[in-house]
Amino acid sequence: MIDLSHVSKTFEGASKVHAVNDVSLHINKGEIYGIVGFSGAGKSTLVRCMNLLEKPTGGKVTVDGQELTRLKGRRLNQERKKIGMIFQQFNLFATRTVLDNVAFPLRYSGMSRKAILEKARGLLKFVELEDKADTYPSQLSGGQKQRVAIARALASDPKVLLCDEATSALDPQTTTSILKLLKKLNAETGITIVVITHQMQVVKELCQRVAVMEAGRVVEEGEVYSVFANPQKPITQSFINTASNLSRVQEFLAENDSFNKLNPGEQIIRLKYLDTSAAEALVSTVSREYGVDMNIIFGNIEWIGNHLLGELIVIATGQTEKIPDAIEYLKNRNVDVEVLSHGNS
Amino acid sequence: MAILESWFPHVMDKPDKFLESIEETLIMTGWSGALMLVFGLVLGVMLTVTKKGGIMDCPIAFQILDKLINLFRSIPFVILIAFLMNITKFIMGTRIGIKGVIVPLVVGSVPFFSRQVESALAGVNGGLIEAAKSMGVSPLGIIFRVYLKEGAAAIARGATITLISLIGLTAMAGYVGAGGLGDYAITYGYNYNRMDIVWASVIVIVVIVTIIQAIGTLIAKKTTH
Repeated sequence: MIDLSHVSKTFEGASKVHAVNDVSLHINKGEIYGIVGFSGAGKSTLVRCMNLLEKPTGGKVTVDGQELTRLKGRRLNQERKKIGMIFQQFNLFATRTVLDNVAFPLRYSGMSRKAILEKARGLLKFVELEDKADTYPSQLSGGQKQRVAIARALASDPKVLLCDEATSALDPQTTTSILKLLKKLNAETGITIVVITHQMQVVKELCQRVAVMEAGRVVEEGEVYSVFANPQKPITQSFINTASNLSRVQEFLAENDSFNKLNPGEQIIRLKYLDTSAAEALVSTVSREYGVDMNIIFGNIEWIGNHLLGELIVIATGQTEKIPDAIEYLKNRNVDVEVLSHGNS
Repeated sequence: MAILESWFPHVMDKPDKFLESIEETLIMTGWSGALMLVFGLVLGVMLTVTKKGGIMDCPIAFQILDKLINLFRSIPFVILIAFLMNITKFIMGTRIGIKGVIVPLVVGSVPFFSRQVESALAGVNGGLIEAAKSMGVSPLGIIFRVYLKEGAAAIARGATITLISLIGLTAMAGYVGAGGLGDYAITYGYNYNRMDIVWASVIVIVVIVTIIQAIGTLIAKKTTH
């Protein structure tokens, strides 16, 4: 549905800024695709290249078979109507009522006034805000504003919806409700959704595939689950860590030596397991079979899409001479094992 | 009537002249104000859209417009009347009377108002422009449906300020024989030391200014939500 081929965007200025640097991506029809990265990674610029709000300085952008980078003026505006967009700051027209905001893209499109209002009301119903039709945006909460923005973006029946940090200004509960709405939208209409975010929660709950951006480049791409379960790049790893407490636990362990006073032979081990192995009673098996006790000091289990990803930090104690065997057993069960520290013997 | 005659003896002595002056001020302000609103709006919008990063980005047009506006803004009004003499004659067929002062009044107030419009439109959230662009709205559509609609309240406030300062400019219309309250107050009041005439002129002008301010505030209020 969306095809980026070697897209670059360089901002000229006192010093050149390569906001987007040679990015090639293919986003399939009907999928929910996430683009993540820390601030300044270039993800907002990249999504603006998809509807040419930013004109790429290099490369090709093709949406729904139409090469946008070759279009200008009216032809480009026509294609843009097929690409809806929502923003972090909602960008509703303050001088127009909620209904008029939703009807905005339809005016002067050749539709009759009656048909326009009917359609706008239908869209408001879809986002569950029919009762707010005649109020002004200033009277709405953040979540309601974003719902109106979604309804407005859908007015011209787009095939793609671009979401630029659409939930970043919302509280967690409202975020969840917007994510549900986007999921419902995708399921009911098959619209392709591209989500730009720095929130791990959004990617985990919403996206099927994800691209990780750093310094204008896509450094990692794939199914959300496999990227999360098996991050290849440090940036991806640190991004995932921001969502869990793991990085804090590791900091805590590094800073608090007293906590690390392990008895000779004991080890602090990090275990990471995927859904297949999670089903087995690994910890109890190890203690039973090897006499190695696992004292869990941190645990985190995540649902990503329909998959399970678990992480444990344990102090292995008991029959310490059997620990290597236990580790071997876990590795054979597809558990990722990393020894964080040894007790001095 | 008796009170008016005792408070404003010289005004009531020739009430026709007083009423005529009010009429002249209203006609001058009305015509030049209307033309100023139209031209100032057009130029203000042009400044906004041709600016670097604007929706019809055109640095050359912007630079020319910007410099011209600065040029005319820096000429004192009395000098502007003389400076534009021949142009006024060409456009209006005369350089004296009310007709002769409308051109300098418009040229003198349009640059100021176009800056007011420019700053009003600069206050329109860039995100709204971006949103409209993403919906495939044409540049002309963005001007009318986003800039002018969302900036309406700020434009109304700017127009109020400019109209009021325009009334100040009409006081100098006496130089080309256009009359008006300013001329009335100086020629018939100040020169003969008839202070009641000055007072009467001031009161009428304060009333006119108050009405314009009230209308401007009302429009700004109605267009804010």
